[in-house]
Amino acid sequence: MIPRHLVIAVAVLLMIVLGMAVYVWQMRGRAAAVPVATSDARPLPPPSAGPTEQLTLFVAYDDPGILRAQSARIPLPAGRQQRAEELLRALLALYLDKSSPHAIGVGAEVRSVYLVDPGLAVIDLNAAFADTHRSGVLVEELTVASLIRTLSANIPGILKVKILVDGKERDSLAGHADLSDFYDVSAVNQLAIQLQSVP
Amino acid sequence: MPWSSYPSSHEAPPVVRGEPCSRIAGFLFISGLVLVSSFLLSAAPQKRLAVYSVAANYFLPVMQRANHDYVALLELLDPLGRVNAKLDGRRWRIRYNNVEGEFIAGQNRARIQGRVADLSSIFLIENGRGLVPVASLSSLLPRFLGGPVTVHEDSGRIFIGSIATHFTASLAAGIPPRLVFNFSSPVSPSVSTEPGKVHISFTREPVVAPASSTLTFGSNIISSATYSESNGLAEITVNTSAPLMPSFGDNGRTLTLTPASAASQASSPAPSSPPSAAARPAANSPANSPPSPPSATSPSSYPSAPRRYFAVVDPSHGGDDRGEALSSTLLEKDVTLALARRLRQELENRGISTLMLRESDANLSSDQRAVLANTNHPAIYIALHVASGGHGIRLYTALLPYGNGDNGLFRSWSNAQSSFLSVSQGAAASISAELQKQQASVRIVTAPLRPLNNVTAAAVAIELAPAGSDLAQLTSADYQQLIANAVATAIAATRDKLGATP
Repeated sequence: MIPRHLVIAVAVLLMIVLGMAVYVWQMRGRAAAVPVATSDARPLPPPSAGPTEQLTLFVAYDDPGILRAQSARIPLPAGRQQRAEELLRALLALYLDKSSPHAIGVGAEVRSVYLVDPGLAVIDLNAAFADTHRSGVLVEELTVASLIRTLSANIPGILKVKILVDGKERDSLAGHADLSDFYDVSAVNQLAIQLQSVP
Repeated sequence: MPWSSYPSSHEAPPVVRGEPCSRIAGFLFISGLVLVSSFLLSAAPQKRLAVYSVAANYFLPVMQRANHDYVALLELLDPLGRVNAKLDGRRWRIRYNNVEGEFIAGQNRARIQGRVADLSSIFLIENGRGLVPVASLSSLLPRFLGGPVTVHEDSGRIFIGSIATHFTASLAAGIPPRLVFNFSSPVSPSVSTEPGKVHISFTREPVVAPASSTLTFGSNIISSATYSESNGLAEITVNTSAPLMPSFGDNGRTLTLTPASAASQASSPAPSSPPSAAARPAANSPANSPPSPPSATSPSSYPSAPRRYFAVVDPSHGGDDRGEALSSTLLEKDVTLALARRLRQELENRGISTLMLRESDANLSSDQRAVLANTNHPAIYIALHVASGGHGIRLYTALLPYGNGDNGLFRSWSNAQSSFLSVSQGAAASISAELQKQQASVRIVTAPLRPLNNVTAAAVAIELAPAGSDLAQLTSADYQQLIANAVATAIAATRDKLGATP
């Protein structure tokens, strides 16, 4: 015969264990939810509506192998850095379109643009951009010239541009266009003029 | 060290009982011996290791530690690719391109790409530099470089890849006979003479021994030649009873030794000019003059070396770098090589000496290509590319990166092309004009394409795309021949302008 006080003690302990289990379960769910909210450092999305601005995009056309200046109206945020990012994202949206004149790989993105120093812009592309890019001197050059010329035409004061891939330096875009050095914006502007003339 | 046991001048000399004079004399004799031997040792040449590779040929000092020869691994790999090292306590980690190695000071076992590598003696760290035994290089280097490496440990010579220059020697018929050496690659040795011998020394060429190190010719005038190598140097010694005059031909691939009397009687000039001043004989005493002491030309030095090749043709890509996959079976690296061979042939048909940067499916980085081009001081560098996109031919000159970067006398590597840009543009215009004569569609633009910006000569890249939409045209012999012919004609036509580049 088990003493009555022992039965009561065991029952009380079991209830405490169950209560603790329920409490821990709830705390676990709450802890999992909190970091997601605090560690999301993604930039604020651009305004999808609101006043738009007139911009000039320098769009690459593979068939004749040229750059064409093209006007576009897109909504842009107020910050200079965010404007630069959205500008290039708008350019990439053209290239990712089915009817793109200069197709780039699915998943290609501009991760960030940093305007870190007076005159210096750093364009950080994602790995998919470079890994899926077609190989060739002209096709890679068109991409680089298009990005840099579009940036310098719409964000004044940029003298040199560095292109990174996934935050790291890379030798070339897809085996040809050099990414190891800083691009001289005035030299790229001259190149863009050469590339705007139909061969 | 014997000097450490010598009493200082402030101390009283030890009192020696018995025969003080003879002991002092003995001490002085030993001290003198040590002094003389240390002087002789210091005068002995520094032991060194010669490294020969497609990218560069260079020397490294060899250090003796505990009766073993050591060499600094970082310095050894540095000219061959991207390398960096990190010291973490006793652990020394090195990364060469994508290969990682880990060494621990005092241990004779290392890890390369996670696999154990045994060293013949312990690994050393001195002033942050990792020293590996020379005897272990034959097992270590292939793991880092991923290719065959031949180490001549006794003579301090390392051959990376199939770089060796072979030679044959034969006595050409005639009176008096001439000794003709044929080399598999151009050479630029220094030649020195002493009574009864001619020494041909190869400091920068990866010359290797023939099947037998002693060659006999059965002639009274030129009896034999022996091959030897030591301390990073290869040497052929020709035993002769008459003074010999050397002359070079076939763009440095042939060396002919002719008895001086016959050479002076010959009215015709040497077959062709020697490839460099270093190859010219410095001392060739006439037959009746008194014997002169050995003399030698100085080895060639790159900055002042004259031009060895007028043109350098670079078939872009190669090895792991396939370039563009033009189709499921056609790679850019293969088409550029085929086109480069045609171009070299056309250039040489027009008397233009040409160096091709790769003859096979070899890995060459942009830096290595630029170094190879620059060290040969060509008048023009031509890189060849092939693309499936677009039509016709694109000619590129360098798009220079931001900034000048020159530091005093030192030229910026990124902008090395800056002084040559106008002559590069002139060459591109000339090639364009010639291609247009052949009804080809041509376009000239600048491009951020390495190594154009690193080359210290006129530098042009040619990207060949099909004239129509048929990719098979890229491998067509007729299409390639048309391009090669036009490019070679343009370069030959502007030879004088290109030859006068800064």
